[in-house]
Amino acid sequence: MNLYQDIKAIVQAYWVTLRNMLRRPVTIQYPEQKRVPFERYRARIVLTRDPDGGERCVACYLCSAACPVDCISMQAAEDENGRRYAAWFRINFTRCIFCGMCTEACPTRAIQMTADYEICRRDSLSLVYEKEDLLIDGPGKEPDYNFYRHAGIGVVSPRGGNEDEKPPADVKSLLP
Amino acid sequence: MPDWLLTGILILAKLGFVFFLLLTGAAYLVLLERKLLGRMQLRYGPNRVGPFGLLQPMADAVKLITKEDFIPSQADRVLFFIAPGIAAVTALLTFAVVPFGPPITLFGRQVPLVICDLNIGVLYFLGLSSLAVYGVTLGGWASNSKYALLGSIRALAQLISYELSMGLAIVPVVLMARSFSLTDIVNAQATVPFAVLNPVAFLIFLISILAESKRTPFDLPEAENEIVAGFHTEYSGMRFGLFFLGEYINVIILSSMMTVFFLGGWHGPLLPGIVWFFIKVMLVAFFFIWTRGTLPRFRYDQLMHFGWKVLVPAALANVMITGAILLLLE
Ligand code: SF4
Ligand code: SF4
Repeated sequence: MNLYQDIKAIVQAYWVTLRNMLRRPVTIQYPEQKRVPFERYRARIVLTRDPDGGERCVACYLCSAACPVDCISMQAAEDENGRRYAAWFRINFTRCIFCGMCTEACPTRAIQMTADYEICRRDSLSLVYEKEDLLIDGPGKEPDYNFYRHAGIGVVSPRGGNEDEKPPADVKSLLP
Repeated sequence: MPDWLLTGILILAKLGFVFFLLLTGAAYLVLLERKLLGRMQLRYGPNRVGPFGLLQPMADAVKLITKEDFIPSQADRVLFFIAPGIAAVTALLTFAVVPFGPPITLFGRQVPLVICDLNIGVLYFLGLSSLAVYGVTLGGWASNSKYALLGSIRALAQLISYELSMGLAIVPVVLMARSFSLTDIVNAQATVPFAVLNPVAFLIFLISILAESKRTPFDLPEAENEIVAGFHTEYSGMRFGLFFLGEYINVIILSSMMTVFFLGGWHGPLLPGIVWFFIKVMLVAFFFIWTRGTLPRFRYDQLMHFGWKVLVPAALANVMITGAILLLLE
């Protein structure tokens, strides 16, 4: 009967809310309890160094070009060996949307995202990070990668003798 | 000490006690509601201000008082000013007839725990609850805003419709207790509460007070997702606070009325009467909050339909049947 159904539905609804009232809330109480973000969480950006301790960034402007909100700016310079580096490097975190385009564009794995999401400030100017604030000591998520060991190195003979390279496959031996 | 002075002091003490209790009660009812609703939605609710958020009402009051008191330029200023006052004062006044405990003996004389034991307490309650409609209606009309006007029209129609069934649900109680005085009604329930004797009237009254207090599922006058905030759309600061206070005092009043009419007032085993009264009022208030966490809002035509085609006929039939049974029992 319709009336019976209606009454049953209402009583069940009351039961559901009562049951939920006695359950533990799922809230994470932020300042005291902090959520552990996922490994690939995209938050505050850092500039990493290669395993030898040198700066990875070669000031190629690719990140700044890839950034959809134009919040990266830098000035390229060359050192005595003719290697490029960023004279200054600036990320305006008030504009950054943490999309990760910069990290994808970077050929040297210099610019990387971290899981540090607590970057709220009252003074927005303090969110403009300079190179000193961005540069960290370690290699970040790519512990073994050194750009200069792979780029600008001639092809050796026989083929496949370079670091991280495998000798070319013998196609004939692959045949069944 | 002369006799009249003692009487005066006792009355003032009772007044102060009730006033204080009602205001803090309303403030903490808001907190309780926010907490319980939070728990029903698996969150904590306010818990930042003071231990367990217990100072939240204070923080709310400070916030409301320091907010800008905004008056729309085309508003009817006088009515706009007095409407929240009417809403709060009518709610407060109603408690004057509620007996909240058995008479106690102080200074060698009987002191009834009710501010004024009117012999027509039921009518006084009904009259004031009709007056309370003015606060809402005038407030919405005077703010000169479409949403506020819509809200107040809804409130007017809804409150008048549901007051009818509320009044009709009380008639069997009056018949059974043979008195209009709330104290006599409570005393008539010394053994069995009227909720057991007349469950139909109890249910009708329960539904009607939900509508009378303008809360879910009957919160059409302030339906947020249809008409902004209904009749108090244009109100801000402490004027809004008064409407808010009035609403929650109203919840306490209606819970007390429920307790007095149907749940046996202060009667109960073991515990002192005043504690029983408090427990019962809190239970009804909890039901209000529980309902708010559970039921969705009615559509307006459903509301009118239900009020006029179901509740009023049911209440009328109930009055007749109760009357007939009482006649037979004589
Ligand atoms: S994360 Fe996106 S918005 Fe932020 S700096 Fe990189 S490219 Fe720009
Ligand atoms: S893309 Fe990488 S290497 Fe190029 S400028 Fe940006 S951080 Fe430096």
